[in-house]
Amino acid sequence: MDAIAASEHAPRGPGLRQRFSRSLENPTILGLLFVAPAELLLLIFLAYPFLLGLWLGFTDTIVGREGSFIGFENYAWLLEDPTFWLTCFNTFLYTIVAVILKAVLGIGLAVILNRDFKGKGLMRAIVLLPWIIPTALSAICFWWLYDSTFSGISWTLMKLGITDHFIDFLGNPWNARWSLIAANVWRGVPFFTIGLLAGLQTISPDLYEAAEIDGAGSWKKFRKITLPLLTPLLTVVTVFSTIWTFADFQLVWIITKGGPAGATHIFGTLSYQRAMQGGQFGEGAAISNFMLPILVACVFIAFVFLRRED
Amino acid sequence: MAEVRLENICKHFDEVVAVDNFNLSIRDKEFVVLVGPSGCGKTTTLRMIAGLESITSGEVYIGDRLINKLPAKDRNIAMVFQNYALYPHMTVFDNMAFSLEMRKRSKDEIKQRVQEAAEILGIQELLFRRPKQLSGGQRQRVALGRAIVRNPEVFLFDEPLSNLDAKLRAQTRLELKKLHERLATTAVYVTHDQIEAMTMGDRIVVMHDGFIQQVGSPLELYDRPANKFVAGFIGSPAMNLFEAELNGAGDEISLRAGDFTLDLPPEKAQHFQDYTEQKVIVGIRPEDFKQAAEHSPGKTIPATVEAVEPLGNETYVNVAAGNVALTAAVGKRTEIKPHGTLNLVPIFENMHLFDSRSENSIL
Amino acid sequence: MAIERVVSKVIKFYVPLAAYLAFLLFPFYWMVNTVFKSDIELYNMDLNPLYVHSPTLGNIVSLFTETIFLRWMANTFFVAISATLISLVVSLLAAYAIQRLQFKGSGPTGVAIFLAYLVPQTILFIPLAHTIFKLKLWDSLWALVLTYPTFLIPFCTWLLMGYFKSIPKEMEECAMIDGASRIKIFRRIILPLCLPGVLSAGIFCFTLSWNEYLYALAFISSTAKKTVPIGLVTELVRGDVYHWGALMAGALCASVPVALVYSFFVEHYVAGMTGALKE
Repeated sequence: MDAIAASEHAPRGPGLRQRFSRSLENPTILGLLFVAPAELLLLIFLAYPFLLGLWLGFTDTIVGREGSFIGFENYAWLLEDPTFWLTCFNTFLYTIVAVILKAVLGIGLAVILNRDFKGKGLMRAIVLLPWIIPTALSAICFWWLYDSTFSGISWTLMKLGITDHFIDFLGNPWNARWSLIAANVWRGVPFFTIGLLAGLQTISPDLYEAAEIDGAGSWKKFRKITLPLLTPLLTVVTVFSTIWTFADFQLVWIITKGGPAGATHIFGTLSYQRAMQGGQFGEGAAISNFMLPILVACVFIAFVFLRRED
Repeated sequence: MAEVRLENICKHFDEVVAVDNFNLSIRDKEFVVLVGPSGCGKTTTLRMIAGLESITSGEVYIGDRLINKLPAKDRNIAMVFQNYALYPHMTVFDNMAFSLEMRKRSKDEIKQRVQEAAEILGIQELLFRRPKQLSGGQRQRVALGRAIVRNPEVFLFDEPLSNLDAKLRAQTRLELKKLHERLATTAVYVTHDQIEAMTMGDRIVVMHDGFIQQVGSPLELYDRPANKFVAGFIGSPAMNLFEAELNGAGDEISLRAGDFTLDLPPEKAQHFQDYTEQKVIVGIRPEDFKQAAEHSPGKTIPATVEAVEPLGNETYVNVAAGNVALTAAVGKRTEIKPHGTLNLVPIFENMHLFDSRSENSIL
Repeated sequence: MAIERVVSKVIKFYVPLAAYLAFLLFPFYWMVNTVFKSDIELYNMDLNPLYVHSPTLGNIVSLFTETIFLRWMANTFFVAISATLISLVVSLLAAYAIQRLQFKGSGPTGVAIFLAYLVPQTILFIPLAHTIFKLKLWDSLWALVLTYPTFLIPFCTWLLMGYFKSIPKEMEECAMIDGASRIKIFRRIILPLCLPGVLSAGIFCFTLSWNEYLYALAFISSTAKKTVPIGLVTELVRGDVYHWGALMAGALCASVPVALVYSFFVEHYVAGMTGALKE
């Protein structure tokens, strides 16, 4: 027998150190150990606050003072608040329109970029820029771009003769909404584009060639091949985008702070205003909690779809 | 002494039984091949010896040691994987040195042992390259080198040649066999290729559906297959197997199949007394046919030629005798053409008969 | 025929691409434009605002001298790098455990982490503020360093799980037979092989940390501790006066680190994004 083997099998009793390292070989113990830091962090800073948030919605907590349970009072109060209803409307409008626009433009751009051309890499890098630049910074930029007096957009449009006065982007409720949607779309299209581009690249060109031989034109090819094969990925991307847009904060807060007169408040901004600026933690939490059903629905849809694809 | 004993080994994956009732005694320095189609349990068995799969029931011994509960690293075995599993971010030297490093050997000892192994395999110039700079054959040698350096009691091979092209495979087979002789260490080798099994093994274990079908030397399995599966698995081209009915009694038993009848010679007939008026499975190897100029009923099989396959060293003819398809070896060169007739005379001493139901050999 | 194809190409490809590029780059252009204009030029309605008539570095200078912009940058870097490091380490361990060690309960844990990614900050910030206050981390950058991982870890874990999938199991088995303990395998075999993944994840974490606004706004109050986005928005608007030049300068300068990291690692970034989506 080899010398190594002999020395390794010299008898020794299991000391504490040995038992410890033996247990680290056990995948279950090691696994739990490895996962522990993540679980701990997420437990303290995510799970617990999540539940706390649910609870706060049922209390009348304000800054500095512990609140007491008041049942559904917050929710009842909110349902009678016209600003809240406006916020509901705004959030849904913002989310639905922005996501649809992002999806459509994203698909379009992805299809366009899906061919081989010089500078494709550079183009892809440029296209991702709005997504890379911190949202707040681009929000500041849009804030300036939407200035009612000095907007470059207005100036250009006026010079092109399309309009004859400086547009009040942020002072007029509907203008403000569209401006925000535009900013959101500007920022969000790259996510769709790059994600879908990757998906498009997995579709074998053979399929398109076969379709071409069968006599299909571009639009037909798109509808019958591209879209169906892209649907799973599109669903995932859309669900994510919906959740993020629905729960948005910084873009709206920086550009309009929810104004004018609450015309662009979304759940996030209203919640912040009431809780942080107004001190009404309980009410703020209640507003945030209104987002839960929609988010749960989104997650559910995502799961169902992903399960089906498995 | 590095004998390996597997006693009543069973492996269950939830409900699926991958290996059952596996008993085998491997002698020191023996080269044993586990062979069978995919899913037969050969790799699972190998992995149980290695310690990569837990053993549901049964015992495995290396020498006198019961190794069931020992972790893989303490079993003193070395394994060569199908895809070589070389560490891509390390040089060949470091790949080979890794196991010695883990065992805290001195730098000098490591250097010496790696050099030795490299020399045996002829890969000294490759020592400071990375795996991705190597060809398939070279990587395989490194994988071997890694195993040799360990100086284990048992070598385990998991289909190491299946990723090589045919020519390289034949060459490497030879080298592996020579290497085994030189190293004189017990080896267990898994493959699905019966040619590898036949050429390399001291003994072969044929497996199917988790069970051992037969254990024996290559020629034992070839000449005396224990059942229909082994008969059809070992040997290329495969043995002809067809259903027939035994008629008659005493010294005069004949078998009837397709559109022909064959009278069994008396020496053979006496073995099959219990099987008259029953269906059996007949096995004749392609090389166990002679040709007759004319058909004589009871002695020859009249067959229509369907295809001729000249391989250069041998010619195989595919024929049909009624609904029975046969392959016969007809010598190096032949004038036989498709649609012609051929009268085949089976060599009865080499004919096998198998029970229809149990598929075991009737002898 | 050839002309038709060229025209078709122009319509189907160049025009939409050009239109999109204009849409995309105009805000950037406007931002950069503004940075180099003096206040006088900026507010002069008679001049064509689409280009700079007399460029000046005044805005950038005032940004660095009249505000504590550099301090904010330092704060943001500190938070981003710390949160990234924490998240990477934690995610690496968790991803390995879930993907490779396959211990009991690894499935549900994986799902739980996925779900964690979907909980938006706008739901968590109020109770978190409460928690941060209780932990005496109010108005401290550590509050951010500890809370940012909540949205960084899930994504990183996902990404790294994908990477581990691509490392063949055989390699680990071979290492086990070679005598390496599981921890040694992790250190010597797995870690070196997943460095590209770690890099992608790290870049993502860095970018996402820079992108965060709500927690930084809610948990930090003193000017000296603010992160760049917060500082710019709150400090450069004094009363009714918007210092647009300086604001744009701030936005531009603050974009530079992220853009630099991005430009060096585009491939990794895209690989990270698409890899995670495929999961």
